[in-house]
Amino acid sequence: MKRDYVNIGKRLPRVDAVVKATGEAKYAGDLSLPGMLHGKMLRSPYPHARIRHIDTSQAKRLSGVRAVVTGKDTIGFKAGGISAQGDEPYLALDKVRFIGDAVAAVAALDEQSAEEALDLIRVEYEELPAVVDPLSAMNEDAPLIHDHAPKNISFKTDLSYGDVDQALRGCDYAREDRFETTPIRHGFLEPHAALAVWDHSGRVSFWGSKQSPYFTYRNLAKALNIPLSRVRVIQPYIGGGFGGKNEMFNVDFCAALLARKTGKPVRIVVSQEEVLFAYRQRHPTVIDLKTGFKKDGTILALEAHIIADGGAYLSIGALSLYLMCAFFCMPYRLPNMRAKGYRVYTNTQPSCAMRGHGVPQSRFAAEVQLDLAAKEMGLDPVDLRLKNALKPGEETPNGFKITSCGLQESIVAAKSIIAGWRKQQPKDDGRKKRGIGIGCYGYVSGPRMAGHNTAGAVIKVHEDGGISLTTGSTDVGQGSDTVLSQIAAEVLGVRLEDIRYGMVDSDITPLDPGTFGSRVTFVTGNAVRIAAEDARGQLAEVAANALEANPGDIMFKDRKVYVVGSPDRSMPFSKLVKIAQYSGTGKTILGRGYWAPEGLEVPNFETGRGNMSAAYSFGTQVAEVEVDSETGFTKVTRMAMVHDCGQPLNEMLMEGQLEGSAIGGVGHTLMEEIVRKEGQTMNPSFLDYRMPSTLDACPLEILHTDTYDEMGPFGAKETGEGIQVAVVPAIVNGIHDAMGVAFKRIPITPVMVLDALKKKS
Amino acid sequence: MKTQIRLQVNGFEYDLLIKPHWTLVDVLRDEIGLTGTKKGCGKGECGACTVIMNGEAILACLVLAVRVQGKRILTIEGLAREGRLDSLQDAFVKYGAIQCGFCTPGMIMTSRAFLINNPHPTEEEIKKALSGNLCRCTGYVKIIEAVRKASMAEVRK
Repeated sequence: MKRDYVNIGKRLPRVDAVVKATGEAKYAGDLSLPGMLHGKMLRSPYPHARIRHIDTSQAKRLSGVRAVVTGKDTIGFKAGGISAQGDEPYLALDKVRFIGDAVAAVAALDEQSAEEALDLIRVEYEELPAVVDPLSAMNEDAPLIHDHAPKNISFKTDLSYGDVDQALRGCDYAREDRFETTPIRHGFLEPHAALAVWDHSGRVSFWGSKQSPYFTYRNLAKALNIPLSRVRVIQPYIGGGFGGKNEMFNVDFCAALLARKTGKPVRIVVSQEEVLFAYRQRHPTVIDLKTGFKKDGTILALEAHIIADGGAYLSIGALSLYLMCAFFCMPYRLPNMRAKGYRVYTNTQPSCAMRGHGVPQSRFAAEVQLDLAAKEMGLDPVDLRLKNALKPGEETPNGFKITSCGLQESIVAAKSIIAGWRKQQPKDDGRKKRGIGIGCYGYVSGPRMAGHNTAGAVIKVHEDGGISLTTGSTDVGQGSDTVLSQIAAEVLGVRLEDIRYGMVDSDITPLDPGTFGSRVTFVTGNAVRIAAEDARGQLAEVAANALEANPGDIMFKDRKVYVVGSPDRSMPFSKLVKIAQYSGTGKTILGRGYWAPEGLEVPNFETGRGNMSAAYSFGTQVAEVEVDSETGFTKVTRMAMVHDCGQPLNEMLMEGQLEGSAIGGVGHTLMEEIVRKEGQTMNPSFLDYRMPSTLDACPLEILHTDTYDEMGPFGAKETGEGIQVAVVPAIVNGIHDAMGVAFKRIPITPVMVLDALKKKS
Repeated sequence: MKTQIRLQVNGFEYDLLIKPHWTLVDVLRDEIGLTGTKKGCGKGECGACTVIMNGEAILACLVLAVRVQGKRILTIEGLAREGRLDSLQDAFVKYGAIQCGFCTPGMIMTSRAFLINNPHPTEEEIKKALSGNLCRCTGYVKIIEAVRKASMAEVRK
């Protein structure tokens, strides 16, 4: 049951909305320091080559140039996502492995001089045979991209539960399909940017567009070979991340390295074109999937084989591959399952996490196959889902423990939405084919990872009744600064505008894993709640003394404290803070909180066992489409989502998350694809790589299931990330419904639609 | 070689020494310090650098600064008057049209110029007017709503 609160659940504007609306909000590329130099990166023009020699002498002599660095100026540290096996140097050491791999960096008085200097760096390459297709990369005779990885396999996983072979033999119906997804962009508008400066004590201060600043904090120390205490990472506003700004990148490292070398502040802002050809992408996949059913639609077994194109480096790909495989176990009951996955190196851009992290690929396959199976078995695809949907208290075969779960409720609600839409739907007019599709999802609320996993929060009270809240978490646009502030305000009985939220400064703010896996609201939210309760407890003692009552009887509400049962014995919150600070020897009220869910297991990425999240969110997505059989163009005309995010902390922000995720899903399904030719990205611009614009937006109906997660802060769970998982298959299934063709490759382009129609007739 | 120009931005005049190939977005950001105008792509594809010149929305990354002398340039920083937000800024805040905020200044400036020329737009007209401004965060739903609400608020005034 949802509960009633003062701040929680309300449609409150973001705490950073005004500074963003006025242009005051500073992003990394907006920052400058006196004497600042400008940096530029030199990138490989070859997909695969050995570096024989780099001559920087001419570049160094150019007027205005202050420093040029190459791999030789580094200690050779290799980054590697979450694996101990690092494979990605920030500046190439011996080889380049994709077009865009960083080779050198320049710092100069202005950007133009830096750019000119790049042209003067002479790199002698020895071209090596390149492999850009993951299937060919696994051949015995394929060129080896990393010496340590035979057959170019960067990671493999094999999840096996129950007896799939026997279960498939006992099935009344089974089908096998091959699905394909293509590489896509995170699509944030703010390019990567970094600013670094050193002082004479050997400390580096760093500002960068990082969605998980503490990744950079650790890796700067490692890559620069300095103690962690010599690194200070400060977070400005972040212009979107979606998974593509988690890791520390070469631009971050080079800003720091050039700053050390020159003794000046150095800023590097990469161009959007560089973002689009030289940084990260979503893993493209080839998925062979077989699912077996009883004739009543009960799913008995699933067998999957995934090849994911990881590009040139490991990045966070071990986790990506695990998630792709593990999330076949969700959101339906699955007694027997086997998923084998291979993440393969190719000479292309490295793949990493992106909204939904790995799950959109595999659930696209599974949900589209469900519709194909339903059709052939003569079952209603909605009923088929309802029959197999997980319920509270169940456990998946790999060990995900389902606590709060509104999936069944969401499917039932979606069913009535579909029925309503069917009635309103205009008939096909020959040219325009119309259809409705459905997809479901389950997603994590903060995955348990190896290493540091705890969120912390500190609350400081001011004598005017204001509250300073700091955590180690980063708002990249998702609105966590606001909902965390709402949580603090709720506990302390003040208003949202009384909270001042401080962004990450690694010298001051608590250590935090970062912004990924929809963890911030759930995990940091609890830390904030505890910190606020701690401050409230300290203040309650002061109030109890002043109001002659027990601390347990002090209530905090409407910027006041009062004794429970006698509201006349009260004082303003600000007065209480003053009394606490000024009376006697005075007190410093500092609330401290830290939290991580107990009892979670770090999943074994190779076998997949372990309950990685304390709560799972669920939902059902419905999409209505209109396919133009003359142009092949598909339009999503409206969508509805029924969503179990527990208790929404801020309805307006939550809707914004869902809307952004859903329209992003439209892009993934119908528009977006990085096109490459022999490793060369052919569409590194927003003109050629088309993301949804206002013209692709459609009406969205958002409904909630009636759930409240006991573990979540004020009942909340994940929102806005998981839904993209279900949007993709809902649209594909809608097209299937409209034209009788189930596409097994996304994006579904007009050419594919016309070809399919031609084949059909 | 640098050349001297005079720009009129947000009602103030600026005498600047710039290179002839510098674009307006770079001059606004780096020479005048008005970093509210964002540089997303530098190629006229994302709309983040939109400013208003003589009442029309333009992409500041596609215009040379030397060419806009004598024109009235309005940036996001010039929109609020005497500490009061413009009705569009207010609507973007109130109706949840802002997430990461990087597209926001461009969105607001495009919308401002659009509403000057079309104070009673339909939803389709709003969508069309904003179709050159990309946003990955919001899915545009609340942006379109904010522009619609702002146009209604202005009509009431």
